[in-house]
Amino acid sequence: MKWCAGCGAHGVLSAIMNVLPETGVPKEKVVFVSGIGCSSRFPYYINTYGFHSLHGRASAIASGIKVANPDLSVWIVTGDGDSMAIGGNHFIHLIRRNIDVTILLFNNKIYGLTKGQYSPTTPKGSITKTSPDGTIENAFKPGELTMGAQGTFFARVVDTDPKMMRDVFMAAANHRGTSVVEILLNCVIFANEVHRDITGKDVRDDNQLYLEHGKPMIFGKERNKGLRFRNNKMEVVTIGENGVTEQDLIVHNAYDEDDTNHYRLVRMTLPDFPVAMGVVRSVESTAYETALYDQVDEAKKKAKIRTVDDLIHSGNVFESKG
Amino acid sequence: MAKNPRVIELDEVVVKFAGDSGDGMQLTGTQFSDTSAFVGNDLSTFPDYPSEIRAPQGTIAGVSGFQVHIGHKEVSTPGDQADVLVAMNPAALKANMKWVKDGATLIIDIDNFDNKHYKKAGYEEDPLHDGSLEGYNVVKAPITNLSRNVAMKHGLDVRTADKTKNQFVAGILYWLFNRDLKIGEDFLRDKFKSKPEIVDANIAVLHSGYNYAETIEALATRFQVDPMKGKEGLFRNITGNTALSWGLLAAAEKAGLDLFLGSYPITPASEILQEISGRKHLGAVSFQAEDEIAGICSAIGASFAGKLGVTSTSGPGLALKSEAIGLAVITELPLVVVDVQRAGPSTGMPTKTEQADLMQALYGRSGESPCIVIAASTPANCFNYAYEAAKLAVEHMTPVILLSDANLANGSELWQLPEVGKMPEIVPPRAQDNDPNYYPYHRDPKRLNRYWAIPGQPGLRHRVGGLEKMDLTGEVSNDPMNHQIMVEQRAQKVQRVEEFIPEQQVIGPDEGDLLVVGWGGTYGALLSAVKDLQEEGKSIALAQFNYINPLPRNTGEILSRYKKILVCELNMGQFAAYLRSKHPCYNYLQYNKVQGLPFFISELNIAFNDVLKSI
Repeated sequence: MKWCAGCGAHGVLSAIMNVLPETGVPKEKVVFVSGIGCSSRFPYYINTYGFHSLHGRASAIASGIKVANPDLSVWIVTGDGDSMAIGGNHFIHLIRRNIDVTILLFNNKIYGLTKGQYSPTTPKGSITKTSPDGTIENAFKPGELTMGAQGTFFARVVDTDPKMMRDVFMAAANHRGTSVVEILLNCVIFANEVHRDITGKDVRDDNQLYLEHGKPMIFGKERNKGLRFRNNKMEVVTIGENGVTEQDLIVHNAYDEDDTNHYRLVRMTLPDFPVAMGVVRSVESTAYETALYDQVDEAKKKAKIRTVDDLIHSGNVFESKG
Repeated sequence: MAKNPRVIELDEVVVKFAGDSGDGMQLTGTQFSDTSAFVGNDLSTFPDYPSEIRAPQGTIAGVSGFQVHIGHKEVSTPGDQADVLVAMNPAALKANMKWVKDGATLIIDIDNFDNKHYKKAGYEEDPLHDGSLEGYNVVKAPITNLSRNVAMKHGLDVRTADKTKNQFVAGILYWLFNRDLKIGEDFLRDKFKSKPEIVDANIAVLHSGYNYAETIEALATRFQVDPMKGKEGLFRNITGNTALSWGLLAAAEKAGLDLFLGSYPITPASEILQEISGRKHLGAVSFQAEDEIAGICSAIGASFAGKLGVTSTSGPGLALKSEAIGLAVITELPLVVVDVQRAGPSTGMPTKTEQADLMQALYGRSGESPCIVIAASTPANCFNYAYEAAKLAVEHMTPVILLSDANLANGSELWQLPEVGKMPEIVPPRAQDNDPNYYPYHRDPKRLNRYWAIPGQPGLRHRVGGLEKMDLTGEVSNDPMNHQIMVEQRAQKVQRVEEFIPEQQVIGPDEGDLLVVGWGGTYGALLSAVKDLQEEGKSIALAQFNYINPLPRNTGEILSRYKKILVCELNMGQFAAYLRSKHPCYNYLQYNKVQGLPFFISELNIAFNDVLKSI
């Protein structure tokens, strides 16, 4: 294992190792595909089939693997540089196609393996090795990209919460279609505590909203804060103040086809809102490879041309007697 | 009133169809070619069209052409010059007069020969009356008006009716070559399957063109080109892109693998993606990726998962794929990369041919990254070399770059159908389930390939990737000596392919004055030019290379047997430079052309004679 001591990736790896046996998929049918970056060393540390590919291209390689053999359980491990910058195009197109793979997006908001340059998710204004005066770029939110690409599953977890990771990884594995799990991950060396406002023990209860389908959106150390709609906007309210009761709060519907609320949830940022955790969106939609092999089966059923020999003898063929 | 035309028997005829890019000349050319194939002529075709879908109408830049060479005798090129030219407008005439034989028959659509069109074409004088066409047999036919009238009677509106005029042209040609109209009708029925009203109108126009030709005095002779001699068996007319696609399908079937094509549309390779996308009934899967990179990466992924992974592209796309080809080299996975070359650099001339991607195919990657490189040399043998590319990729577990070009891709020729059952076996070197001795980089002693262990196979879990791997075990390794070993093993594996490919053949004397060397798609032109001089008694031979890396094992020996070597290429001398690096002890003369056009036999004749004279 060559991750730094204290790197958030260790926790993700052990969470995955706990989840995999529970999915019921035999080890030899599991494939981990990664791109380039710290996160992408992941396949070397887990005893399944693995493919450590090119920078940004894990989504494209994994698409080929899953489409080639839908029977495999395919996982993509990628980072914010790998999938939001150089691999951004493949990322959105994989989601648009809804190929049944799970993306574990290690978001530490920095380029770690190249030692500390800003990434597409680095907050605007951050000082990094390549932004000595602060970045002047707006940051991507992976959840927004997922929604924009008509994603069917998006969830967010933190690297320090094994139970949350376990539950969400299981949900992602069970989802049929592209599942995107954004993991807020700490880089101890180049962006230490970048997620501290969200994950710090002292603030996490007040600053995270853990979403569960069918349950009201409640958070806070005292479990007395929540979200409600007012004037077609979400707002944070306190239960017991101004006559607010639990009944006034929004009940999370992860299965809602309409992604408007899911969009709202993934965009929530501190300090005005808590950060949404857990499964934000999980809707049923035909996976790419299912539709593809339906077409293959249909074509085979109807075909008069069943072999290449049939093919070359079809149509305009004539005989010459010399 | 039927006349009684004179019939001239010919061994070969070249017909060129030329018009605006919306005039349907490609379709008429294909229809006439298929018909000629059906009646048993040998043939070779050359479509030449602008890269715009509808280039400015009536201008030289907008002229779309289709040339077909049919023969009672063997035909190996589309022909230098035409015996019959169809010109749908003045621009088509102007652009093509230099490619027409003296005394040729010119069929022109007189409806478009007016001052407006002359101006657009850049004519200062009316070419029909300035004496420039004297000596030609000019047939001035009101093609647009006559076909419009007929088609509108069949209920088409003016716009749609005008699209049938290519069938009027076809009708004239069917009469001129005494072809059975039924073959043309069948072609139309097949082409417009779902639109019966279009079929009816087109067939009516086809007949009216035929009847028109039968009546007019200007057509006093008919041509008769008898079925080819000396060839027996089943034949069809096929383009390079179709043949290449079918070769991949044949290889997949033979290897017991499903074909996976990951590609992105690009001229002139798109027809391969289109063809495979309609072959699901043979188990083939196409994946139209978001870009060239995803195309090849998906194919590599599919190959890792046990499919026959293929990606198809043209030069600029190959450039985008180069990093991923390196990944296939280091992961030692089978992969076929098809490059249908076009004139470059950059976007260049997308519909025009060139052979200038050779160096890119051989060396265009980071690191020591050897690939097998082979090239098809005729439209029909795109089938064989696609098959061979897949066989080498699978059996040697390494990427193979297959070079085609725009002329092979779109050109067609008569193809004698192979017996698929008798094609060489393709045996994937699969690892056995639960093999206790399996290591990812354990090599076959003969070919040096590693074994293909596929996700889903029990007991073979392993990781591959772009990082250098430890010999045998496949663990990540930065060990200096290990890197040396792995680089050498990958190079040896590719070099050793020379033991599994045929020796280079020479057409002509085993030794002599001049060896003409070519590679890939220039075969037809070089062969014709060499044969012409052989018939004159000159000491000249042709070595046309299909295997580029590695070269056939007898290459050096062949090169040593001639006084002069002339390397002919549609680039600035890339194969010549390659031969100089591989066999430096010979002197290589060059004949190079980069005009987006194939070689003409006439220019080769001059070039060969120049060298022969110097001996």
